[in-house]
Amino acid sequence: MSEGHSTYTPKTGLGRWFDARMPLPRLVYDSFIAYPVPRNLNYMWTFGGILSIMLVSQILTGIVLAMHYTSDTALAFDSVEKIMRDVNSGWLLRYLHSNGASFFFVAVYIHIFRGLFYGSYKAPRELLWILGCIIYLLMMATGFMGYVLPWGQMSFWGATVITGFFSAIPLVGNWIQELLLGGFAVDNPTLNRFFALHYLLPFMIAGVVVLHVWALHVVGQSNPTGIEVKSKTDTVAFTPYATIKDAFGMIVFLFFFAYFVFYLPNYLGHPDNYTVANPLKTPAHIVPEWYFLPFYAILRAITFNIGPINSKLGGVLCMFGAIAMLFLVPWLDTSKVRSAVYRPWYKLFFWLFVADAILLGWLGSQPAEGSYVFMAQMATLFYFAFFLVVMPVLGLIETPRRLPNSITEAVLEKKNKGAGGHPAGAVSAPETKG
Amino acid sequence: MSATDIHDPNRRDFLYIATGMAGVVGAGAVAWPFIDQMQPDASTLALASVEVDVSSLQPGSSLVVKWRGKPVVVRNRTDKEMKDGAAVSLNDLKDPIARNANLPADAPATDANRTTPGKEAWMVMVQVCTHLGCIPLGQEGDFGGWFCPCHGSVYDTAGRIRKGPAPENMAIPVFKFISDTKILIG
Amino acid sequence: MKKILTALALLGLVVAGTAAIAAEEEHNAAAPTHFPINEPKEMSWSFAGPFGTYDKAQLQRGLKVYKEVCSACHSMNLVAFRTLEGLGYSEAQIKTLAAEYTIHDGPNDAGDMFDRPGKPSDHFPSPFPNEQAAASANGGAAPPDMSLLAKARGVERGFPRFIFDIFTQYAQGGPDYIHSLLTGYDQTPPAGMVIPEGTHYNPYFLSGVSLKMPKPLSDGQVTYDDGSPQTVDQYSRDVSAFLMWAAEPHLEERKKTGFRVLVFLLLFGALVYLTKRKVWAEVAH
Repeated sequence: MSEGHSTYTPKTGLGRWFDARMPLPRLVYDSFIAYPVPRNLNYMWTFGGILSIMLVSQILTGIVLAMHYTSDTALAFDSVEKIMRDVNSGWLLRYLHSNGASFFFVAVYIHIFRGLFYGSYKAPRELLWILGCIIYLLMMATGFMGYVLPWGQMSFWGATVITGFFSAIPLVGNWIQELLLGGFAVDNPTLNRFFALHYLLPFMIAGVVVLHVWALHVVGQSNPTGIEVKSKTDTVAFTPYATIKDAFGMIVFLFFFAYFVFYLPNYLGHPDNYTVANPLKTPAHIVPEWYFLPFYAILRAITFNIGPINSKLGGVLCMFGAIAMLFLVPWLDTSKVRSAVYRPWYKLFFWLFVADAILLGWLGSQPAEGSYVFMAQMATLFYFAFFLVVMPVLGLIETPRRLPNSITEAVLEKKNKGAGGHPAGAVSAPETKG
Repeated sequence: MSATDIHDPNRRDFLYIATGMAGVVGAGAVAWPFIDQMQPDASTLALASVEVDVSSLQPGSSLVVKWRGKPVVVRNRTDKEMKDGAAVSLNDLKDPIARNANLPADAPATDANRTTPGKEAWMVMVQVCTHLGCIPLGQEGDFGGWFCPCHGSVYDTAGRIRKGPAPENMAIPVFKFISDTKILIG
Repeated sequence: MKKILTALALLGLVVAGTAAIAAEEEHNAAAPTHFPINEPKEMSWSFAGPFGTYDKAQLQRGLKVYKEVCSACHSMNLVAFRTLEGLGYSEAQIKTLAAEYTIHDGPNDAGDMFDRPGKPSDHFPSPFPNEQAAASANGGAAPPDMSLLAKARGVERGFPRFIFDIFTQYAQGGPDYIHSLLTGYDQTPPAGMVIPEGTHYNPYFLSGVSLKMPKPLSDGQVTYDDGSPQTVDQYSRDVSAFLMWAAEPHLEERKKTGFRVLVFLLLFGALVYLTKRKVWAEVAH
């Protein structure tokens, strides 16, 4: 928890001079050195740091790629290939950027699921959670527009399909679609504006990240027990404790990232995007990037009219509704207990939800035919039921397990339990578990 | 929670230093591709030669071709221009080095060294002022050579700097006559 | 942790079950609905795996096949002659090779287009002046450019193979497909199958029962001077490997750099882990 007052004392004259005029070192000290974090955070809590390095990595590689990229339909595809072939280290920067987008989403999904599991969205962290949802939305917009830039077949047809969502809106839909495209179909004006926006949005993400971190530092981090920090023994200083743990988490994450960049750089992409865009020929089977697949499955699952809403609008509404659910989570969850650790039923449903999301993702990659459609409809039903039924109802009827009184108590309980399993005599040995 | 006591300061220090060093090495290695990508790419380096047909150039006329994004002037000099160029004493030159990529780097800036043997009438030169990169005008200025309108640098008939702020003679690119009427630049 | 594993196992069952349901769909040999009819054969490639490198002799043979056969219809616009250094050619050899081609250039000072011999900085010229000409000469569809073909073709791997592919680093879907397609002609279609006129049955073709391209290679068509067998199978392997190079010329550099990066991250990670243990040594958490 934020302590409300700063413990920063400049040691040098220059430090005092600076502090009196612009206390930036004080801000850094209070936010990243003295800032108290719960002592029981596990590795799931390193993903915030991992996400910030992914954002920085995407911005840096993106800026240098923009130095070589040309946003013109006649030249875009070849300019990307020039980066891959002729620009010094160009292949590396481009693969870092394209795979970086995927790994950014890997990290953000783990981060979101961690929040859902440990109830990180509950009061007083609602605003923190909503800022996170906004970042996620901005990431999706950025990822989508970035995928259009290489101007391959999937770029073109992905852009056509996704801007087509807006044509489902009654009355003004077609006008909005033409406004987005700058024409009647995806073409040069679309590519140019997508490039401009793709360059702009990451900086907006960075801005919302600052707000997200600010909100975090006001309310403090949640933790695996979900119990608020009560005393000083519940926390440790951010530096060195959290810094070094975050650093280790980042390196492990970068290891997986590098494995894909160097050995499977096209695994997460689609072969069709190595064919230049052709407005007269749709690929046999359009799929979005993997991180949109669950939503894509939901979109296609609505094959029937719902009263006055036709299936097209219904699909689009369900897809946006699936994202909107996240914004409502702080108020849909009625439980008094935060963490799933103490909620056996919620825990079960949480893992079913994870399985459901992965199943939706897989269905999104399959053709929308035969038994897949029915499965997607069932999975969509469960997706919404998790938020609209399970979350509110379970909070009212579930009997949670006994909660420890404090973080310190929880930690010591775990330690004693761990030591109790050892032969006698080991109990007094210092616990050095990583 | 206060900092904990560590019993073996030497081992701890070694570990911390090693970790920090590895981090610095990693950061340096990551920085390299970002700098490397700014260097001219493979296609830019490959477009480095151009063939010029000079059969139509009478003495006293010149033509300009683009080579590596810069203008290269090919001038068939008049007898007077050659005589003026050869008459200049090396001591009068602001820059005594030939700046001819076909010769050793320390070759003196004689008129002969500014051209190619047997073809002394021909000036092949990157027509870019060595001051700040403007394009000098031909056959102007006090020496009948080149004059840069930007900041007043004056070159003689062999493209050598004689007056004004420019520090060096205009550069001679790598070139050769592949026949009597064809020059290969680069 | 156990619970996570249980959950993942559960998840695996769900996905496997769905896959099984999907696989149950009926099959009719004469009117297949999913393409390709046959999956590409997985070949052994020198450039596969974490330490893969191109076999330069093979790439040179592949280039010969491209030059003498494929290039009659297929362009390779993105590949410059100068990059053929990657096949082990010297600068002089590349100059000679480039000069064999005629490049349409211009306009010159008089405003006319003209032909000249190729230079190392030129790209492989197209066999047709423009896409429309290519399409009209080939029955309505232009033959695809070959520069990226090995990355632009790939047959979906399906569950669970796409998971194993992460560990085996399978990234040869393109060359496997091209090789299978080139060696997949001359087969008899199942009784009752309708082959559209002007097309050729090939069970390995990605998007239908048959394709417009007739069988391009036959035994002995291209002369090899290094004693390699002059068979369709060998030609297909060589040209597939060459096309992989054309699509991904920096593959060797990428894999080499990757190995160094991973080793560094492993060592750095170990150091940071030890430091982390030291820092947290006396804090229960």
